[in-house]
Amino acid sequence: MAALDSLDRRLIDAFQRELPLCERPFAAMAERLGASEAQVIERLQRLQHDQVLSRVGPVFDHARAGASLLAAVAVPEAERDRVAAAINRSPGVNHNYLREHDFNLWFVMTAADEQQLEARLEALEEELGYAVLRLPMVAAYHIDLGFPIPWDELETP
Amino acid sequence: MSVSTCPSEPLAEAAGANGLDAIDRAIVLATQAGLPLVPDPWSAVGGPLGLTGEEVRARLQRMQQSGVIRRIAAVPNHYRLGYVANGMTVWDVDDAHIERLGREVAGIPGVSHCYRRPRHLPEWPYNLFVMLHGKSQAEVERQAEALREKLGEACRDHRILYSSRILKKTGLRLARRPGPPR
Repeated sequence: MAALDSLDRRLIDAFQRELPLCERPFAAMAERLGASEAQVIERLQRLQHDQVLSRVGPVFDHARAGASLLAAVAVPEAERDRVAAAINRSPGVNHNYLREHDFNLWFVMTAADEQQLEARLEALEEELGYAVLRLPMVAAYHIDLGFPIPWDELETP
Repeated sequence: MSVSTCPSEPLAEAAGANGLDAIDRAIVLATQAGLPLVPDPWSAVGGPLGLTGEEVRARLQRMQQSGVIRRIAAVPNHYRLGYVANGMTVWDVDDAHIERLGREVAGIPGVSHCYRRPRHLPEWPYNLFVMLHGKSQAEVERQAEALREKLGEACRDHRILYSSRILKKTGLRLARRPGPPR
């Protein structure tokens, strides 16, 4: 784990769910943390540079900004790299993970709307020569809004 | 902010469906890789778009209210914080109980996402997807065991699908032509 001091940790704890949406957000954060605005900005820059923070800003909901679904393909080992490369090249694909299962390639397909989404999946199936398992979200019981980070626990190897 | 070469396509045409107009989309493009880390980030975003900081803030708030934006935050990269194991767990749960159990399971520590998805029988019987994060594979397995107990008799079968490689991760979708920003 990256070396983080108390201010870094308090900053993440306090603002991983929400930034103050006021005129000077970093000044407002600084006030809550007992630091200066310049300090908060410097910390955020460093944490982002070190990839401890993936970003400081809005998290968009893919489903609401268009259409998307989770998809999977079962591909034999020998074919895997070719198929994975074809999936990555395909328009609209924004995640692709190799997973340990018969369905071994897992990706998210996005499009402007449902019609384009289905057209893309059909085009991809044709190109790959494999059926694509379509797993749209039916209901969300929990989406990641951050969770309390157990700093002490993370320090022990 | 760097520029990715991912070929994902613009959702610019989706305006009607999600209620975003051209100005909203310009704001999304300008902020999806992160806010400028300057004292007044809203004006810094708005300047090149011909908007005041006040307008940018109001539109971001509106997109948050409508659900297009989930949150505006300092978003941790859990992998860098030590959560190096992640398992996509999939469960075959009795449809009669999935709503209640889905919500219960969502509160278990280590769960980041918990979604219901359709079955595709016979090859895919799993209808509940729960993303688990832990410091080790052993911890993810303990979390999965806690889930198993919570689901009880309503669960017929489950699997943990570890990711062995990330082949692509862009995480962003609104694209400016010709290539999307990251």
